[in-house]
Amino acid sequence: MSSALNRSSRSAVIFSSAFVLLWVAVASFPFIWTLWGSFKVQGDFFSKADWRNALWGTRTLIETGATFTGAGYDGAWIQEEFWRAAINTLIVVFFTVIISLTFGTLGGYALARSGRKYAFWLLMIALVFRAMPHITLVSGYLLPFFEWNLWGHLPTSIIVLVAINQPFTLWMLHSFFLNIPKDLDESAKVDGCTQFQAFRHVIIPVMWPGVITTGLFSFLLAYNDFAVTSMLLSEENRTMVPAIAGFLGSTLEEGNVMFAVAAVVSATAPLFVLVMFFQRQIVSGLTAGAVKG
Amino acid sequence: MRHKTFFWFILPSLAAMILFIALPLVSVVLQSLHIEHEQVIVVTENCGPFGCTKESSVDTEATAQLRAEQPLGRFAGLSTYFDRGHLATAEISEAWRTRDGFGDFLSELYNLPFYKALAFTLTYTFLVTPLVIVLGLLIALGVNRLPSLLKGPTIFVSLLPMIITPLIGSLILFWMIDAQGVIGKTLQWMFDDPELSLKASPALTWITLMVYGVWSSAPFAFVVFYAGLQTVNTDSLEAAMIDGATRWQQIRYVVIPHLMPLVVFISLIQLMDNFRVFEPIVGFSAQANATSLSYIIYADMRSDLTRFNSAAATSVLTVIGVAILLTPVLLRTWRDFKGKAV
Repeated sequence: MSSALNRSSRSAVIFSSAFVLLWVAVASFPFIWTLWGSFKVQGDFFSKADWRNALWGTRTLIETGATFTGAGYDGAWIQEEFWRAAINTLIVVFFTVIISLTFGTLGGYALARSGRKYAFWLLMIALVFRAMPHITLVSGYLLPFFEWNLWGHLPTSIIVLVAINQPFTLWMLHSFFLNIPKDLDESAKVDGCTQFQAFRHVIIPVMWPGVITTGLFSFLLAYNDFAVTSMLLSEENRTMVPAIAGFLGSTLEEGNVMFAVAAVVSATAPLFVLVMFFQRQIVSGLTAGAVKG
Repeated sequence: MRHKTFFWFILPSLAAMILFIALPLVSVVLQSLHIEHEQVIVVTENCGPFGCTKESSVDTEATAQLRAEQPLGRFAGLSTYFDRGHLATAEISEAWRTRDGFGDFLSELYNLPFYKALAFTLTYTFLVTPLVIVLGLLIALGVNRLPSLLKGPTIFVSLLPMIITPLIGSLILFWMIDAQGVIGKTLQWMFDDPELSLKASPALTWITLMVYGVWSSAPFAFVVFYAGLQTVNTDSLEAAMIDGATRWQQIRYVVIPHLMPLVVFISLIQLMDNFRVFEPIVGFSAQANATSLSYIIYADMRSDLTRFNSAAATSVLTVIGVAILLTPVLLRTWRDFKGKAV
């Protein structure tokens, strides 16, 4: 009996390990392949003859004299001035995260401490807003922004991204502030603090873990956005993602696809670093909403 | 908290949401009810030796001026909603009258841009969501049995498809499934068909997009389920084991009931996110074979002649779709809230 149980559990272990291994391969292979291929020429990355050319860099060796080449990166960053897009992304993401968190902490704190009916309704409305496809909102902005000459500038995109980010930020910080005991700020108020002073001196020192977690998701939303930034930014203000989409339109000539591949790898690198350092926060952030139900 | 304090705390956030989410929705509705001004036509009479001829020509200057003065255009009521690009009521009733059987009617329907987009959006939403839940659960069960040393790196790798920029993730896969890319070549070799291309047929394009959807969303379900597995009551598991439950029975009768609330949560988030599927279609350049509601709005705004009214009408219809999708959830939450209040 017990040996039968063991045997079945051993086969189960083998099966589940194989499954996880397969998943890990499926999840990581595209990234490894593209990173490796970004140092090759187009003739290897898209190989007409043999896919293994991409591994050994056969054509890369013939065309450039070495098995690795930085031509794609050179073309993207210097020739096509991808660094401008990188700087724009930096500006947009930085200000979006800072402003979202400032608005979100104040609002989330108020929602967590109010307990009134309208606070509940605000949260419900935020949930509905969270579900709006971003592109439908963009189609609402476009005409007024053209008319008022707001179209094309970085600050416009930043404030739009902040607004789109608010529903999620509010929900997340609201559930986070619920976990901070109410007694903390209540006792400060008994000691004569106003609500804002209580928030300032008692809550702010203990809220950083939740704020950092929420900030990570604000970062991801702003960094990964395509709908807003591709429609609302002029060509010279483009951030990285629309710039990459732009590469595809203009890179039909031989060799230039590699510019896009190099740009894609460059834009992915910061995300890798982010997950490496903040894995635990991302996991806890994803589950925070779920455990609350 | 006093009303006034609450108001000042929530003000910045609320103002941002009203200005940039609520008002744009109003703007979308307004735009959808208007249509661009027609060109201003001037009629001039030329009288020559053989009588007079009337000649009408477009007054470009006056047209431009009129359009600049009233960028919203002229009021058109609901006409945009019922035109060929949207609900296409006239075309549908025509197709219904002249139908050659139900299949023929459906294919007529599929030729209308709005219904084509709706068909893909709904198929995508309702296929990808359950697949994501099943795959996420399987990965979570698998990772949960790994030695703890391997768990960290596995979770790290698993998160990558989720945090990657959707457009970039779909581009990466798009290059790999290219007929000359590594997956495209492998498939050609597996099916022994050198002409095989995932981009050519609508069915294969749909499958590719959905595979991408599952690949990029499964990590989310995995992480949520994985966290849920950490809180499974070990006593009930042990009790089930002592009662002779097999591994499968333990999962079916102890673990899955415990994870049920998480399934609801993941479905809600996934339904919302999958309904707005957009970037993969741009990344995979799939617009010829598959369009989504979000994509046709984007295409209307991207074209040389921006059709604000058309984009706006599709947007309103999409928002109605989202509302229908969310109604069960909102009703349930409202009932819960009322139950708590009483």
